[in-house]
Amino acid sequence: MDARLSFLADHTIAEPVLTPAAPLVRLKNFSRSFGANTIISGLDLEIAEGEFVALLGRSGSGKTTLLRTLAGLDDVRGQDVEVPSSRAVVFQDARLLPWKKVWRNVALGLKGLTGRVRLKAEKALHEVGLDHRLDAWPLTLSGGEAQRVALARALVREPKLLLLDEPFAALDALTRLKMHDLVLALWKAHRPAVLMVTHDVDEAIALADRVLVLDQGRIVAQECIHASRGERGEVSRGLRAKLLSVLGGEPGHESVIPFPHGAHAHEAVA
Amino acid sequence: MSTSLSLPAVRKFAFDLGGSRWVSPIVFLLLWELGSRTGLIPERTLAAPSAVVSTLLGMVVSGELPSNVLVSTLRALVGLTIGVTVGVVLALVAGLSRSGEATVDPLMQIKRTIPTLALTPLFIVWFGIGETPKIALIAFASVFPIYLNLYSGIRGVDLRLIEGARSFGLSRSELILHVILPGALPSLLVGLRYSLSVSILVLVVAEQINASAGLGYLINNARDFMRTDIIVVCLMVYAILGLGADWIVRAIERRALVWRPSIVGQ
Repeated sequence: MDARLSFLADHTIAEPVLTPAAPLVRLKNFSRSFGANTIISGLDLEIAEGEFVALLGRSGSGKTTLLRTLAGLDDVRGQDVEVPSSRAVVFQDARLLPWKKVWRNVALGLKGLTGRVRLKAEKALHEVGLDHRLDAWPLTLSGGEAQRVALARALVREPKLLLLDEPFAALDALTRLKMHDLVLALWKAHRPAVLMVTHDVDEAIALADRVLVLDQGRIVAQECIHASRGERGEVSRGLRAKLLSVLGGEPGHESVIPFPHGAHAHEAVA
Repeated sequence: MSTSLSLPAVRKFAFDLGGSRWVSPIVFLLLWELGSRTGLIPERTLAAPSAVVSTLLGMVVSGELPSNVLVSTLRALVGLTIGVTVGVVLALVAGLSRSGEATVDPLMQIKRTIPTLALTPLFIVWFGIGETPKIALIAFASVFPIYLNLYSGIRGVDLRLIEGARSFGLSRSELILHVILPGALPSLLVGLRYSLSVSILVLVVAEQINASAGLGYLINNARDFMRTDIIVVCLMVYAILGLGADWIVRAIERRALVWRPSIVGQ
């Protein structure tokens, strides 16, 4: 419950952007292990304000552990971790409280008068296109609707950091594409930094500014995508093959890391 | 659309649904009545259904039955209220804190191994033979079902929901109020249903302790005068009390668990 994160104080964020590189999230030499099992070792990660980062990795690569750390769900005492306190998570399973109506789920934990809180929740649900489901019970929602409520619940807090834990993995292909558009629209409107954990390479390429590949608790590849979204058809083919080869390659093999410079893809070594 | 259903089919359906299930009890009652009329079943063994019904009417009209039922119901309610309150408090203590669990749970498990009714002699020594031992027995018996169900309900709340709520910065008290207690409510209601039936069971026995009013008193008197008709009337009342208790919990569930899909879907 009380993850002792050294949060960025508000004034450091509000400072004039003299150094645009000042990251919102900063992990330095971060390690995490359960007993003798090392999940993450010596990981460095920075995420800039408003940046959309996708985190790819196979099962057991440490994706979820990293996300839990950033979400403040794990204790990180004694580690060099900077995460903004203004953050919200969307989980793969929407995790709505079944005994609270949809709008109350969105309003969960918001402080203030009921009327005002309800207005906020209504606005957020309007943004995800669920005006008509305000007073529905969560268990009557479809998977896509539940995930949209979860998005509204995260965005109503106006987080600086939005964490998405495989949010569309359980949805059908068509719904997933619609959700991609929705997430991008919301991201453009609110500009939070986003870290999206996924195992879908195409999803990562379609949405992110930067794609990270995590393997055995280390970032083994990193790709920045400069082509604008919607014009990535050309880039994606090469990038897709590259990322898949990293994902399928020998874990942590050094020779895999340096990528040749592509026309649109920019290479960086973790 | 409705014309496509033929009348005989509707009749058959109604018979299948309601009619057939009533046949065997009615035949049973008729055989019982026949046995009594022909003298096959002596009245001192078991009174005829018709005699039971007329006794019932007489007892209702004279006010004898309502006043005694009221006494018994109040006993059960007072005992149950005390038992449920204690059970809920103990379950919250054990369910919400580790030290509370370490303190309360072993004692409750020891208590569970003692059959409540075996405590009757001790309670008579402590509390005499008035109302107190009766209520104490009912209270004592109804603590455990509530405790056990609510405790396991609290511990069984979906961890992913707790984690999700935590990620939105809920404080511990908010977490308990918005996530843990609503999540444990279905278990609490199961416990309440068990406690209600246990309280009626214990009521029956506790009322036999030197009662001067109540259903137990009626039964004891009837036994002394071999009035099997009155005994059967009292048994019917106990059954109705049990049914009523169950109905009350169902009504509470319908209101409190309205979010459940089985209820939502209807």
